[in-house]
Amino acid sequence: MKLVTVAGPPSSGKTSVILRAAEGLRASGTHLGVVKFDCLSGDDEKRYQQAGIPVKTGLAGALCPDHFFITNIDACVQWGKKSGLDLLISESAGLCNRCSPHIRKVLAVCVVDNLSGVNTPRKIGPMLKTADVVVVTKGDIVSQAEREVFAFRVKQVNPKAAVLPVNGLTGQGSLLLQRHLETARDVETLQDARLRFSMPSALCSYCLGETRIGPDCQVGNLKMMDLS
Amino acid sequence: MTDRDLLQWPCARLLDQHPYARDFFSACGNPAMDRQQTLGDFLAGLTPDRLDALGMDRTTVVEQFLAFIHQMQRLQADRDTAIRSVTVVGGHDKDGRPEDLQVTLSAGEMIAVVGPTGAGKSLLLADIESLAQGDTPSGRRILINDRPPDEAQRLSGEHRLVAQLSQNMNFVMDLSAHEFLSLHAESRLVDNVAGVVDQILQTAVALAGEPFDAKTPVTALSGGQSRALMIADVACLSASPIVLIDEIENAGVDRRQALGLLVKKEKIVLMATHDPLLALSGSRRLVIRNGGIDAVLDTSDEERILLQQLDTMDARLTTLRNRIRQGKRLSLTH
Repeated sequence: MKLVTVAGPPSSGKTSVILRAAEGLRASGTHLGVVKFDCLSGDDEKRYQQAGIPVKTGLAGALCPDHFFITNIDACVQWGKKSGLDLLISESAGLCNRCSPHIRKVLAVCVVDNLSGVNTPRKIGPMLKTADVVVVTKGDIVSQAEREVFAFRVKQVNPKAAVLPVNGLTGQGSLLLQRHLETARDVETLQDARLRFSMPSALCSYCLGETRIGPDCQVGNLKMMDLS
Repeated sequence: MTDRDLLQWPCARLLDQHPYARDFFSACGNPAMDRQQTLGDFLAGLTPDRLDALGMDRTTVVEQFLAFIHQMQRLQADRDTAIRSVTVVGGHDKDGRPEDLQVTLSAGEMIAVVGPTGAGKSLLLADIESLAQGDTPSGRRILINDRPPDEAQRLSGEHRLVAQLSQNMNFVMDLSAHEFLSLHAESRLVDNVAGVVDQILQTAVALAGEPFDAKTPVTALSGGQSRALMIADVACLSASPIVLIDEIENAGVDRRQALGLLVKKEKIVLMATHDPLLALSGSRRLVIRNGGIDAVLDTSDEERILLQQLDTMDARLTTLRNRIRQGKRLSLTH
């Protein structure tokens, strides 16, 4: 079974882009499924169900969503294999710009949108910089110049990636994304596989539920700002 | 120049010969740089905190930097390779009936695309944009300069063939017209940014009819002014050889002049329109029906004569519109 990780800031259009690519892939006989990693609520599951796509949702709740993702993704791979899928797409929201769910040797897609502003590519960290394919959405409502500047900025921070404009509403541009998804490698297990980049880390009193503020309550992996 | 040589260069020489490298350093947060220091030493000297903030580690920062330089060199080379023609090789319509034709669109040509909503105009454009190779629902194939495009280049998304201008598009950047155009010019790696920006501003003002200042925020321009700025920008700066126009509204832009500008800049202009004045301005019209190109109509001699009449009518309407705008009365002789 092939595996692809799709990540991107909230509301960048990940689900729409996946649904559009899925139409073409399923028409050519690919049996695909989705695992959706979310934080608190997950309405996207319904959109996949309506399209007749097998879907599982994982809610991270109080945990760092990326840590939650990586501790569950291999079980999801096993679920996908058991369900007889040809392709499993994992969708996770990059809730902080330091998120990085991409795994070595697993096709990595990052979805960003033109409306987020031309400085956004520089602000997003490894989730964008280590991706193989960067999908840029919402190009139909901004000027040609802004689209070109945005794509250029993406190329600056990730010169190796393919940068593909996709319209999540009409599906325009999703053909080339489908071609990329078809090239994803087969995965038996993610045991011993490695992340492309370390995840945001912390292990401090706040991770464990502390709510009070003050030096006495701060224990663990801490970093203080330089305000001098 | 090998990559290893490049890493031995002093930073000053690098910035001199590859000015765009400045962007890489600025994306790195502009850490203090000794101009005599070699690039390799500079990259090796980035602190772990800085690297972490960049989302890179010690080996990937070197790889990323080299990839960046190669990418910029490719973009610069691309700028100089002209696309003279785009050919659509017919596939089939929605019912599978063969679309038995081949249409070549040449630089500096304007073609109208006509047909009711849902006929398949968007599909044709999507085929061109994705450089279809018999793998879209229409089965069409697209040739660039009479040849099929390179598959690797196609997948990289590097050839952005189609620039779009539609009525739904807006400026969303919070910048003045001058800053905005400068940003676009820089991203196109043009040599004379200030010159190009001035030229576009002048062209846009001429198209809009109502002057605006270079300091005006792009989001504060009137509908006609922003449309004029978008057209002038696409004509002078866009990387894409094909311009798709989804109607140009009548208000605030000299439409014939706008089309003339795009054609003069050697663009291939495809225009979805049912306005006779614009449709007849083109050399041909592609008639789209049931997902296929049903016919290609050359503008006939009779239609050209009609176009002259339409031009006169349009000029009269413009005069009347302007008088209304100025608060004047109209008379039968205007």
